[in-house]
Amino acid sequence: MKDRIKSTFEQKKKNLLNIYFTAGYPTLDSTVPLIEAVTQAGADLVEIGMPFSDPLADGPVIQHSGTVALQNGMNMRVLFRQLQGVRQRVPDAPILLMGYLNPVMQFGVENFCREAAEAGVDGVILPDLPLDDYVEEYQETFRRYNLRPVFLITPQTAPERIHRIDELTDSFLYLVSGPGTTGSQTGQDANAQEAYFQRIEGMNLRNPRLIGFGIGDKQSFDRACQHAEGAIIGSALIKAMDGAEDAPAAARQFVQSVLN
Amino acid sequence: MATSAFAPNARGYYGQFGGAFIPEMLYPNVEELRTQYLDILADPSFQQEYQQLLRDYVGRPTPLFEAKRLSAKYNTRIYLKREDLCHTGAHKVNNTVGQILLAQRLGKKRIIAETGAGQHGVATATVCALMGLECIVYMGEIDMERQKPNVYRMRLLGAEVRPATSGSKTLKDATNEAIRDWISNPVDTHYIIGSVVGPHPYPDLVARLQAVISEEMRKQLLEKTDSELPTHVVACVGGGSNAAGAFYHFLDEPTVQLVAVEAAGHGVHSGHSAATSVLGKPGIIHGSRTLLMQDEDGQITEPYSLSAGLDYPGIGPLHAYLGDSGRARFIAITDDDALRAVAELSRLEGIIPALETAHALAALDQLGAGPDDVVVINLSGRGDKDLETYLKYAEKLTTSK
Repeated sequence: MKDRIKSTFEQKKKNLLNIYFTAGYPTLDSTVPLIEAVTQAGADLVEIGMPFSDPLADGPVIQHSGTVALQNGMNMRVLFRQLQGVRQRVPDAPILLMGYLNPVMQFGVENFCREAAEAGVDGVILPDLPLDDYVEEYQETFRRYNLRPVFLITPQTAPERIHRIDELTDSFLYLVSGPGTTGSQTGQDANAQEAYFQRIEGMNLRNPRLIGFGIGDKQSFDRACQHAEGAIIGSALIKAMDGAEDAPAAARQFVQSVLN
Repeated sequence: MATSAFAPNARGYYGQFGGAFIPEMLYPNVEELRTQYLDILADPSFQQEYQQLLRDYVGRPTPLFEAKRLSAKYNTRIYLKREDLCHTGAHKVNNTVGQILLAQRLGKKRIIAETGAGQHGVATATVCALMGLECIVYMGEIDMERQKPNVYRMRLLGAEVRPATSGSKTLKDATNEAIRDWISNPVDTHYIIGSVVGPHPYPDLVARLQAVISEEMRKQLLEKTDSELPTHVVACVGGGSNAAGAFYHFLDEPTVQLVAVEAAGHGVHSGHSAATSVLGKPGIIHGSRTLLMQDEDGQITEPYSLSAGLDYPGIGPLHAYLGDSGRARFIAITDDDALRAVAELSRLEGIIPALETAHALAALDQLGAGPDDVVVINLSGRGDKDLETYLKYAEKLTTSK
């Protein structure tokens, strides 16, 4: 089984761009065209949000996209049906699913993992999945389907916990840039942020790092890339598609504006 | 409670319910609380300050009142635990007094809270004023409209009330916004959760701080009857904090029937209801695994109750466990029946109850209690805040049934 995440990080060691958008937004069928558009425009990884009614870690932009996606009729069954065949179109870029535990639990963790693996999904980000519960209840199932979990690290995460997260990870670490939900300008001053990134850089962790939250343009992307292998952009892309007649074209243009 | 079958385990589970399902951004805060709350609560200096404030500020012990005219009507012996006589008009202040002392000991400078009916918001704003701490209360936009007096009270007390405008614009959404605030302010802020919900240790912490209700009940029952154990304890449940406090010291007394009363809204199966014990399935909301109203895809559905305090799609994990294990009986009461109960208590006993509490009162005729039984109803709050609603439904406020 090809490890797309690993080979992506091996082939390109710097300036990796992970693009997030919500499945089913702006239209029910926009998911796969957007995966194609952002990867063609140069995104290295794609993170697909599974919409949830109460997304605690997300700010208003992503929450709104989730609300619209649910109104459009998006759900797990529809998403997995859409993703069938995506690997013929996008063979190499890692695809990750991001969402909250409750919809996954109701779908059934085993069902979720099997369907995700069959669709060619490489990794899963579930911010409200506790580490202990993952280890005790889900790790074996995730492994059986070659799904790699991605865990978050914040400026307040204690060093021993960072090491534990690093041990449990075989993909990349998601560095939350500062206090705040997605899309917010984090309240942390630049010096504190710098110190946090440097502290993590100095920990000799096994996994590469991507920085997320509050990254929204070329400038913030380039700055994040000085401290990690790359960065994650979500809310800014979703905003860029607002009111666009051709959402994939708007997404393509946005990705190019970050990378060029 | 260490030996109780109803105490949570080390990871905060009551049977299959509970736990701490939180994004990493909240982990250090919740972990700090988890590792410290029991020691702080047990600290003699904390206890001294807490007990003194309960006595001199809150006005405890609250009376246990024998409601003779109500008793005659239902042909049983009914006692009302008068939490409506607490400072600020509801039981909520028992918890906020305890948590503000806890927050001080954790070195927090800023307090946030969520509120449905506004009682918890007022209780939080009150203790923040008392201690001189900054206070921000999140409240659903719809709840701000239907509980206007409490919005004004909070502002008068110096709190900032921020409307939650997403989703159903009620308690669930106010809780989401409070959690987001906490994510954005992880170091100096303490989140005073108002019910026995949220990630471990909140359900246990809030239950312990509300346990003073049943502790007093036992002593007062012994003075007024020949036993410290009643036959029934009845309380309304939204998240479930007044019920947790009323049940707490009776959990391991199997002869005491525990009755939790939920809001059925327009009817349990009407599509406009908040009766989680009937309509809910195990799921995760606001950091704990509990019974939750949701659709087949795991999206949280929007509950409905005329009462802002019961308009919540989940219940605390302890209550989910009490229902699941059969220890507590759940009854669902419609808006109309609750309104009738408001008029009944007002006219029979001269006490105007909060709309939330009226649900517990409306369950009286379903208890099957007889002349030899002793029924304690937790009168969780007073109805002043609901007068506008009562005026609107004046024609339904009739005792005819």
